[in-house]
Amino acid sequence: MTAVLPPRRRPRRRRIGLWILLIGLTCVFALPLLYMLATAFKTPAESVSPDFRLWPQEPTLGAFRQILGDDSVPVLRWVGNSLLVALAHCALTVVLAVLAAYALARMEFRGRRLMMGIILATMFVPAVVMLIPHFLIVNSLGWLNSYAALIIPGAAGAFGVFFLRQFFAAIPRELEEAAIVDGCTPWSTFARVMLPLARPAVATLVVLSFLASWNDYLWPVFVLFSSDMQTLPSGLRLLQAENSTRYDVMMAGAVIASAPVLALYVIAQRWIIEGVSTSGIKG
Amino acid sequence: MSTAAPSLSPSRSPARTVPLGARRRIRRGSPVTPYLFIGPFLILFAVFVLAPILVLAWSSTRQWILGFDSGGFVGGENYATLLSGQGVLSEEFWRGMRVTAVFTALSVPLLVTVPFALALLLNLRFRGRTLFRAVYFAPYVLGVAVVGVLWHFLLDARVGPVNHLLGAIGLPDTTAWTTSLPAGWVSLVGVTVWWTVGFNAVIYLAALQDVPGELHEAARIDGAGAWRRLWAVTIPHMRRVLQFVVVITIIASANMYGQSALITQEQPGGATRTAIGYIAQTGMRSYDIGMASAMSMILAVCLIAASLLVNQVFRLVGKV
Repeated sequence: MTAVLPPRRRPRRRRIGLWILLIGLTCVFALPLLYMLATAFKTPAESVSPDFRLWPQEPTLGAFRQILGDDSVPVLRWVGNSLLVALAHCALTVVLAVLAAYALARMEFRGRRLMMGIILATMFVPAVVMLIPHFLIVNSLGWLNSYAALIIPGAAGAFGVFFLRQFFAAIPRELEEAAIVDGCTPWSTFARVMLPLARPAVATLVVLSFLASWNDYLWPVFVLFSSDMQTLPSGLRLLQAENSTRYDVMMAGAVIASAPVLALYVIAQRWIIEGVSTSGIKG
Repeated sequence: MSTAAPSLSPSRSPARTVPLGARRRIRRGSPVTPYLFIGPFLILFAVFVLAPILVLAWSSTRQWILGFDSGGFVGGENYATLLSGQGVLSEEFWRGMRVTAVFTALSVPLLVTVPFALALLLNLRFRGRTLFRAVYFAPYVLGVAVVGVLWHFLLDARVGPVNHLLGAIGLPDTTAWTTSLPAGWVSLVGVTVWWTVGFNAVIYLAALQDVPGELHEAARIDGAGAWRRLWAVTIPHMRRVLQFVVVITIIASANMYGQSALITQEQPGGATRTAIGYIAQTGMRSYDIGMASAMSMILAVCLIAASLLVNQVFRLVGKV
C-alpha cells in the first residue's frame, strides 16, 4: 500500500508525543526490574532507605553471600532442580508432541479424527479440573516430593500437539512424496524431511514449554515438601519466609531466579514473541 | 488455517507425479507405524488428561480424607454442603469464589483494552519498534514467583519505593498496598496488568498486521478519521482475536493464585485468598479430597459457563 500512496509524515508535535509515550512505558516496564537488580547489591540498610537509587551507594555482594551461606535455603541446589526439571519437562513435552502431531497431520489411520477431536476438546477443560486428580495420581504413584511429579503430569497437554499439527499440515505434500519415491521409510521421511521443515515451530514449543516449567509456581508449592527438592519459584517462598525483612536478600533470590529466563529471553526473544502471537491467530 | 488432507489418502489427486508403484507401497506401509508415533503421547494423555476428568467426577462424590481409609460414596452431599452456604468449608469456599470473581471482573476489562491500545501503539511505524515490543513483553517471561516477591517489596507500605515515590511528588505515602483493601485490589490487578499486558498485546499485534492496508487507505480517502477507522475497519477485523483474548484472559484471571499468595499473602485475614488457593489448601494441605474435588467441579462449571457466555455475546454482537 505504501508503494501506491506517498508516505504521510506525522506532524512533528505528534512524533514527540509518541516518543515521550514510548519512553514512559519503557520506564514502567523496565524500572521495577532494574530496581530489583540494584536492591540485590545494596546493604540491608540501603535496601529499605527512602532514596530511590538505581545504583547502590556502596555495592555489596552481602545479600548473595547471606543466601549462599544459609543451609536452610539451598539456592544453588534449587537452580539445579529447576534446570533439571525444566529441561526434562521440555524434552518430554516436545518429543511427545512432535511425534503425535506428525501422525495426526500426515498419516492415515483408524481413529485419527476421533483422537483429534478428543485432544482438541480437552483444550477447553479448565486447568483446575486437573489439580486434585493429579495430586491423587502422583500420590498413588509415590511421586510426591520427587522430580517426576514436576516433569511428567503436565507433559501431555493438548496445546503442543495442536500447535505443531498446523505446521505439519501446512507443509506441501509433494516434499513428502518425493522423499518416499527416493526410498525413505516413514521414519526417515519424518526425521530427515518433515522435522527440519517444522524447526521454527518446534523451537517455539521448546522455549515456551521450558518457560512454563521454569516459572510454574502453584504445583511445586503443593507437591514438594523438603527444602532441598524445591525449584526456584517455590523456593523463593521459603526465602521470603526466612528473610521477611531482608529485602536485599529477597531481591538477590529473585535475581537468581530470573537471570536464566531473562538471558534466554534475550537470545530467543523472536521465537518467544512469535510463538505467542501465532498461538493467538490460529487459536 | 486449512486442514490439509492426510497425504497418504489415495483417493485424492490420483494423477500426481508419484509413480503408481510408489503409491501402492505407501498404502501398504505398515499399518502400525502411525500408532507408534502417537502412542507415547496417548499413554500420558490418557493418564494425565483424560483420567483426571473421570477421577474428579468420581472423587467429588466421596467423603474422603487422604490417608484415612475412607472414600465412602456420599452422592451429591459434598455439593449440597458447599451450595448450602453453611459451615466453615462452604463459607470459605464462597469467599474465595468472590475473591476470584472480583479479581476477574476488575482485571479482564483492563487486560483486554490496555494491551489493545499498546498493540495499536506498537503497530505505528517508528524506529526501534521490535526493541520496544521486547521491553514491554519482558515482565511476562518472569514467573509469578519473581513478580510476586518483587512487588511485595516495591509495594511495601513503609519501606517500598512505590510509597516513597508517591511521597516525593506530594501524594499520600502511607497506603498499605499489600495488607488492606481496597488498596490490595489495586495492587493485585495493577501488578497482573504490568506482568501480562505484553502477552495479550503481542497476540493483538499479530492480528493487527493482518488487517488489509487497502481498507484503511480506502476509508481514509473516504474521509474517515483515525477513530472512525478504528471502529469501522480495525475492530471488526479483530473480532475473532478479541473473542479469543477475552476467553483466555477470563480463564487466566480465574486461575490467579501466585499474586495473592506472594504480594498480599492473602491478607487482610484471608480476604484475598482466591478460589484456587482455597481448593489447593483444602485438597493438598488438609487432604480433604472429596470437598476439594467438588469445589473444583463448581469452579470449572462456572468457567465453562463464562466462556460459553462470552462466545454467545460475540456471536450476537457479530450479527448486529
